Amino acid sequence: MSQITATLSQRQVDRPLDTDADHTLRGMAELHEGAPAVIVRVCDGPDAACARRLFDLGFVPGARVEKVRRAPFGGPAVYRIADYEIALRPAQALTILVDTEASDLTVEAESARSSAA
Amino acid sequence: MSHEHHGGGGGPVAVAEGTPRIALVGSPNSGKSTLFNALSGLHAKTGNYPGVTVARYEGLVQTPAGPVVVEDLPGAYSLDPISPDEQVVDDVLDPERQIPATPDAVLATVDATTLRRSLGLIAQVLSVGLPTTVVVTFTDELARRHGRLDLVALERALGVPVRGIAAGDPRAVVELRAHLNHTHHWDRPVIPPPTDPDEVSGWVSSVLESADYRVPDIDGRTQKIDGVLLHPVWGTIVFFVTMFLFFQVIFTVAAPVQGLVQSFFDWLAGLVQAYVPIGWLAGLLGQGIIGGVGSVLVFLPQIALLFIVISLLEGTGYMSRAAFLMDRVMAKVGLEGRAFVALLSSLACAIPGIMATRSLPSAKDRLATMLAAPLMTCSARLPVYVMLISLLVPSDVRFGPVGAQGAVMFLLYLGGAFASMGTAWFFSRVTGRRQGQLPFYMEMPPYRMPRLATVVHAVWDACAAFLKKMSTVILSATVVMWLLLSLPMPSAARLDAAGINPADSGAVATYTLEHSAAAAVGKAIEPVFTPLGFDWRINIGVISSLTARETFVSTMGQVAAASDPSNPGDALTTMTVDHGPRAGEPLFTPPVVASLMVFFLFALQCMATMAAMRRETGTWKWPLIAWAYMFTLAWVMGFLTHLVVGAFV
Repeated sequence: MSQITATLSQRQVDRPLDTDADHTLRGMAELHEGAPAVIVRVCDGPDAACARRLFDLGFVPGARVEKVRRAPFGGPAVYRIADYEIALRPAQALTILVDTEASDLTVEAESARSSAA
Repeated sequence: MSHEHHGGGGGPVAVAEGTPRIALVGSPNSGKSTLFNALSGLHAKTGNYPGVTVARYEGLVQTPAGPVVVEDLPGAYSLDPISPDEQVVDDVLDPERQIPATPDAVLATVDATTLRRSLGLIAQVLSVGLPTTVVVTFTDELARRHGRLDLVALERALGVPVRGIAAGDPRAVVELRAHLNHTHHWDRPVIPPPTDPDEVSGWVSSVLESADYRVPDIDGRTQKIDGVLLHPVWGTIVFFVTMFLFFQVIFTVAAPVQGLVQSFFDWLAGLVQAYVPIGWLAGLLGQGIIGGVGSVLVFLPQIALLFIVISLLEGTGYMSRAAFLMDRVMAKVGLEGRAFVALLSSLACAIPGIMATRSLPSAKDRLATMLAAPLMTCSARLPVYVMLISLLVPSDVRFGPVGAQGAVMFLLYLGGAFASMGTAWFFSRVTGRRQGQLPFYMEMPPYRMPRLATVVHAVWDACAAFLKKMSTVILSATVVMWLLLSLPMPSAARLDAAGINPADSGAVATYTLEHSAAAAVGKAIEPVFTPLGFDWRINIGVISSLTARETFVSTMGQVAAASDPSNPGDALTTMTVDHGPRAGEPLFTPPVVASLMVFFLFALQCMATMAAMRRETGTWKWPLIAWAYMFTLAWVMGFLTHLVVGAFV
């Protein structure tokens, strides 16, 4: 493999965000539709290569994410991340831990509303 | 200016030594292939990367300062590959590797509306150290959705040339062409951007800020459409209606055109029959060559239509939605939503189905889907089924409101679908263990108007490849089959000795058939098919059907006409076994017909499909594996059917 790929494959993306300790974290798959959350951790335990890919797709600790809609019968769901939409299966979405009560969400939600209007 | 088109292998475009090579890198949906099409026109050449199931597209671009070779690399979200396709991108960009050749420069495409995510890939591409130009696509859509981006400032922030391009803006493409030939003058970044996870987010934010980037509004139009099309109830209904229409288009719209093609070739064959005095030459030209080419070209309208529909669905963005809705079902057999479309296409014909696997991002899924595709009941099986069903079930038998013939046909379709899914499951398990499971992720692009040029390209690519490769395979196979059925030509002396009047063409035909090379082969392989109840005449039909399934009907027609020239119509029903323990009994008994049907359900009897597999995988290994396992499956299932039906009837 090339030098750059070797470097990239060594990346450690599983570095949790420092958050208020009393917030309960949940898997991203458990989000309700339309409820924004902040990504706290991309777990690389199940599959490190997959975690690095999710990181490259924009699932970065500190980023805002929103579940837009689900497919029927427990299929994949569409998430809005980094200004675009992407579908993930629940298995992958569960490896991403999110915080739904982060303090910056309320601020962001208000600014989003005002810019939309 | 023209250049050599070399068909065949996956070698690069033949050009003069020292022609600059430029690789296109970008994520899927970033407008990369659209740009490639715009740059290279219809001069693209398709091949395969050595040893992998990944298609290679190269084109020669004429720039003001001479030609440049442009290579459209597979879409990749990152240079940290997790699929064979992304590995190809890494291999091409790796300066240490001689094969495939490292490009002299890179064009990296980014979608202006997903810039925040795409800059991560740009950081990685710039770290490679090749001269790079960043092409920002969909700038018109960015403006429409009230986003903002200063391209000049972005160029300053990145340290490499940046060009913007909007859909249907020919001027930008002309400028880009002129820019391609000065790769050695392209600026390089002073310090390469960071790729470390802790630093890259900060770098992206600072670049976006200095480029005065304003995030585009959420696309309201897409939101509204998705609200319906991805709705658990409405979405499912729309999906099934779409699939039904898709099916209808492939079958009904193509049918009259196919009829025209067919009748044109019939007319040609008639001309040959009328004007070529030499009997054997007329037969070879009429039945062999014209019939052979005709039987291939009949599929062309279907393939063209299918690719029009598929590229429209792809271009609008509905394909991702259909795959999203079907993912749960496909996951059960180890595939993903995108494989559904390919399998659906295979109901028309396995060849476009196999070609449609190109939309699957993972090579493992492509293989499993390709091996499953020929088991879907394609339109070539229809004439065979119709003929066999009429031998098995009288048309007036009904179960309540349902005609028995229709019910049998439905069961055959169902059987094909189950067999196909089972195969997909089996092969995705087998190859999956070796390659690991890919995580499933699929970008949901906003709905866009499909571009005419893209549709034209997709159709042109598919049809040209089909014609070039398939006609050679089918043509030679048909000619060989014709030779086997008609040789050796009985001489007048031989006919005399057998007591046959040379003027009685029916008797001559019968004699020729019974003493032909094909008959010898049919009799030689009788032991193989006796357990299924086939005799040598059915074997001839089966052998001829190995090139293309429909030939079974015409071959049996020839056999019937030769066996009972006075009454070919009923010849099949009255045909009796002519030797062995069952001599004198009817040949087409229910167990025999049923096992024939099942044999046709499973067997891979289509040279064109094998040629398509060979083209998509780049080796003969997979078509041969597919042929062997499907033949085995067909034989075993045919044998069991013969037993079971024999026990009941």
